[in-house]
Amino acid sequence: MLEIPCPWCGPRNESEFVCAGEADRKRPSDPEAETEEAWADYLFNSTNPKGVVREWWWHVSGCTRWFQIDRDTVTHEITPVEESSK
Amino acid sequence: MKRFSIFSLARNALTGHRHWEKMWRSPDPKREYDVVIIGGGGHGLGAAYFLAKEHGITNVAVLEKGWLGGGNTGRNTMTVRSNFLREDSVPFHEMSLDLYHQLSRDLNYNLMVSQRGMITFIQSSAANRVALQMANTMHIYGAEYRMLTLDEVKQKIPIFDPSPDMRLPVRGGVYQPRASMVRHDAVAWGFARAADARGVDIIQNCEVTGIQQENGAVTGVETTRGLIKARKIGMAVAGHGSVVASMVGQRLPITTQPLQAWVSEPVKPVLNEIVVIRSYYGTYLMQSDKGEIVVGQGCDPYPSYAQRGTFPIIEDATTSMLEVFPSFGRLKLLRHWAGMLDIPYDGSPIISKTNTRGFYIDVAGSGGFKTTPAAAKTFAHLIAKDTPHPLAEKLGLERFSSGRLIQEGGVSANR
Ligand SMILES: Cc1cc2nc3c(=O)[nH]c(=O)nc-3n(C[C@H](O)[C@H](O)[C@H](O)COP(=O)(O)OP(=O)(O)OC[C@H]3O[C@@H](n4cnc5c(N)ncnc54)[C@H](O)[C@@H]3O)c2cc1C
Ligand SMILES: [Zn+2]
Repeated sequence: MLEIPCPWCGPRNESEFVCAGEADRKRPSDPEAETEEAWADYLFNSTNPKGVVREWWWHVSGCTRWFQIDRDTVTHEITPVEESSK
Repeated sequence: MKRFSIFSLARNALTGHRHWEKMWRSPDPKREYDVVIIGGGGHGLGAAYFLAKEHGITNVAVLEKGWLGGGNTGRNTMTVRSNFLREDSVPFHEMSLDLYHQLSRDLNYNLMVSQRGMITFIQSSAANRVALQMANTMHIYGAEYRMLTLDEVKQKIPIFDPSPDMRLPVRGGVYQPRASMVRHDAVAWGFARAADARGVDIIQNCEVTGIQQENGAVTGVETTRGLIKARKIGMAVAGHGSVVASMVGQRLPITTQPLQAWVSEPVKPVLNEIVVIRSYYGTYLMQSDKGEIVVGQGCDPYPSYAQRGTFPIIEDATTSMLEVFPSFGRLKLLRHWAGMLDIPYDGSPIISKTNTRGFYIDVAGSGGFKTTPAAAKTFAHLIAKDTPHPLAEKLGLERFSSGRLIQEGGVSANR
């Protein structure tokens, strides 16, 4: 069971949140100009690291806001990401 | 390999079971192989077996970082079935069921296939629609999948005792008679023994830490037991796909998520069928041959390599189980565990070439025990011939760039 630090609500139970995936994903500015492989990479692939990953979380059953955390996928240690609360 | 038979059993019983031969050798790795398979689960060992048996490629090593079947093969809840939604899925899973029903004989190893059948409770009109669609698709491929009325469900499962104020009342069920339970360790051991007998080297405690390549083609693997050269490399590492594929810079459309299961103390036989509550993505349970009630649900809802699960899943599954089997509230829990699954974006297995020549991948996906023989057979075909097996043509990575996904995610819970 994780305790997720929402920048607005403080630490809350994981069941109030949705993990919305890796934060380093960047939508190509001109999708039409991309190859199919590059576009598929953006849509479907993930880094899926064994270790620290920066993620989006959505406090869907709370304040409904989005923010980022750094989470270790092995130890489950969580570090808040300051910028994301601005 | 000495064959197992009633006579070998009698002979060894008379000598106190002290003279059984080892089921496979434990050789030191050679310097070079034609094919190296990374991962000693059912998929990897099975691929090695089919490479040797069907393609005559016997200069093969299976490298396993731990012990055989110590990954998901030995952790799953043993259910094999073929109820799927898409036309590309059903024949593949049917082939797997066919193979399961004949492998005990081929491998000379008892996989203890127990054809219990599976009943999925229908608790919403959406589930009813999905069940009918699946039944139609499956009938095209000759797979039996039929609707049951509530009375038929009650007849088949006498212990079923839904509470009158259930939030989602059970309206009926849908039944696959051929769904079975298979002894999972035996799948790893049976494939290992038969592959070893055909000359495959099975090397445990040997972790692959890097992959060497030259001019875009693989040349070997770096391991904790030294460098091993290989012309071709097949990856079948279940919960470590992204980690191993990243050794050649290959990104994959998967996330690694834990899946949990737990079992009760053993009790007298009360439940014959495998039962799925709250439709396709709900809770499932069955009674093992030993008498334990085995329970599982969907994956944990975020990526993790921690090999342990989160509590809300257990709580939720227990609630839904007790709604229909209140008597199970008296059972004591004996064991609980989790394994890590590589969940593909569309929920279907990936059996594919990659951007690196000679590097092939088999991502078992969410319910990869049921696919083990079919995946192993088609993966061996791909590695040997460099072209996909007809039944796995649609399972390659190209489906993600062409947009021809095989969406099974919403309905194929892991069991
Ligand atoms: C709790 C649970 C219940 C499940 N229930 C079912 C079910 O009822 N029905 C069903 O169809 N499926 C089920 N599954 C899924 C199924 O178990 C897996 O999809 C399947 O076993 C995968 O087989 P595999 O051989 O690919 O992987 P594994 O058996 O996990 O084998 C992969 C092996 O690769 C090794 N490895 C990893 N990295 C390296 C490396 N770098 N070097 C060397 N070796 C490495 C690992 O140690 C591991 O032994 C369940 C899974 C879990 C966890
Ligand atoms: Zn909040």
